[in-house]
Amino acid sequence: MNAASVGATRDELEDFLYAEAALLDAWRLDEWLALFVEGARYFIPPAGAEDDADPSTSLFYVADDYHRLCERVKRLKKRTAHAEFPRSRCRRLVSNVRVVEGDAARFTLTSNFVTWRSKLGVTDTFFGHHLYEMTRVDGALRILSKKTFLDQDDIRDQGKVSIIP
Amino acid sequence: MSVSPAPPLLEDDRERGLFRVARRAFTSDEVLTRERQAIFDDAWLYLAHESELEANGDFLARRVAGRDLLFVRGKDGQARCFFNTCPHRGALVCRERAGNGAMFRCFYHSWAFDLEGRLVNRPGDEAYGAGTRAGGLHDLVPVPRLAQYRGLWFVHFKGQGVDLPTYLGGAREYLDLVLDQGEAGMEIVGGTQEYGFEANWKLLCENSFDGYHGLPTHVSYFDYVKSKPGALVEIAIRGQAFDLGNGHAVVQYTAPWGRPIAQSVPAWGEDAVREVAATKARLVERFGPERAERMATTNRNLLIFPNLVVNDIMAVTLRTFYPTAPDRQVVNAWALAPRGESARMRELRLFNFLEFLGPGGFATPDDCEALALCQRGYGSVGGEGWNDISKGYLSDEPQVDDEAQMRAFWREWHRRVTRATP
Ligand code: FES
Ligand SMILES: [Fe+2]
Repeated sequence: MNAASVGATRDELEDFLYAEAALLDAWRLDEWLALFVEGARYFIPPAGAEDDADPSTSLFYVADDYHRLCERVKRLKKRTAHAEFPRSRCRRLVSNVRVVEGDAARFTLTSNFVTWRSKLGVTDTFFGHHLYEMTRVDGALRILSKKTFLDQDDIRDQGKVSIIP
Repeated sequence: MSVSPAPPLLEDDRERGLFRVARRAFTSDEVLTRERQAIFDDAWLYLAHESELEANGDFLARRVAGRDLLFVRGKDGQARCFFNTCPHRGALVCRERAGNGAMFRCFYHSWAFDLEGRLVNRPGDEAYGAGTRAGGLHDLVPVPRLAQYRGLWFVHFKGQGVDLPTYLGGAREYLDLVLDQGEAGMEIVGGTQEYGFEANWKLLCENSFDGYHGLPTHVSYFDYVKSKPGALVEIAIRGQAFDLGNGHAVVQYTAPWGRPIAQSVPAWGEDAVREVAATKARLVERFGPERAERMATTNRNLLIFPNLVVNDIMAVTLRTFYPTAPDRQVVNAWALAPRGESARMRELRLFNFLEFLGPGGFATPDDCEALALCQRGYGSVGGEGWNDISKGYLSDEPQVDDEAQMRAFWREWHRRVTRATP
């Protein structure tokens, strides 16, 4: 399985993920949300979860339907999202981009990440991997669902996942 | 020898209706040391729920008040709890968080223990004197006391003192309102949320049943639920605070959000609304109309002294937390639900839970932020100064957004940390 087998190139897939990370780094959350198709889902399973973790049997940190995902973005832009006001500074590194399975119409994409979040003199590190269900809309790559796995043992240090890691 | 009296930690002035806690209570190392002796080493502390230890051979390794414990269900079906430290030289015996097995082996020198904690293998046994075999000298050490209340297991690090039911006292009535929700009992759903933050542990005791902060702090949560047609019903947040004795306290109140037990909202859809109506009818059959109404339509934020929070709100959460320093705590949180609940209700319950609660919820991160900022504020006056907890002091019927529940906690806290050391 590689980029070619889903009708893409590695450059195209990497560029998409780098651009996504750049939007989040710049807190351009509406544009980030536009990378998702309507009806998309967004998940953060508990730290250390396996890839097959299921929000109906396991207590996730985030399990958003599309409405709640849109509201999450709206909320994060408000002054009253206190944990993110003033906004934290973040920087994301993305690598190890791989196509896992699927075809051109729908495929699973994975990447590894490190995200640093800094606010009020405290810097938190989140590391892990993303699993995307991808599709194309009018030729452009779009996200059907995104799962962010935090590969640390727990989040004792970070305490919260108030950003989109 | 005379000792100069310590400055007061509490100001409790009925005449003026003034109740204040010295900020030193949140910053001082001496206070934390005193809390370890007078509170954490001398109280019933929450350990686990029975559903986490279902089968014989199941075990859980959990840290309670800074002590590593090993909670095990033996071959005989009995639950036991040991300090998770090797009687040989001290290594952590069990390094997995949970599992099922027949024995525990300490990897350092390979001493092995059965599920009852007895030493069953000691390599080079012939080199040990017969006297070292007697009296369980090399067995795992059990915690002094382990007891359960309707599936909630607690430990106590002292051998004597009041038993668990006596300790829980007036809180049992409120625990029952939660534990009675499941006709076949209750269960923990989907594991433990383990997080932490930079704030004194007592700030979370206060915050967990602080009805005063709800609207200002969580306005963005309410914005969100209002964005969803039919996610709220026309019910005001209204209710009272109760001092339950022994430092336990509760606020009980009505609220506009949906509760799987048993207040539906239109957004859940017709099928779910019908199901909730049936659930409520069943509560009436089981407990009579008055108690059923109370279980279904009132919310409870309950604090069992010192640090077990049971919040029966849009979902049920259990939460316990421990200081690792005056300005830092670690939190363990769980979702509790009726056993045998339908898949649809379970789904709604967890969806509700994550909406408000936990590290990625629309509310909990803002609570953590508020508490961390309080802690930070204490530094600006060098740990001096006072926190005010006077709201509703002079009222005969303190309301959910008053602070009587916190005063109940603080009075017991103060009684303990200032009493003469035995
Ligand atoms: S420390 Fe456990 S066997 Fe030696
Ligand atoms: Fe809160």
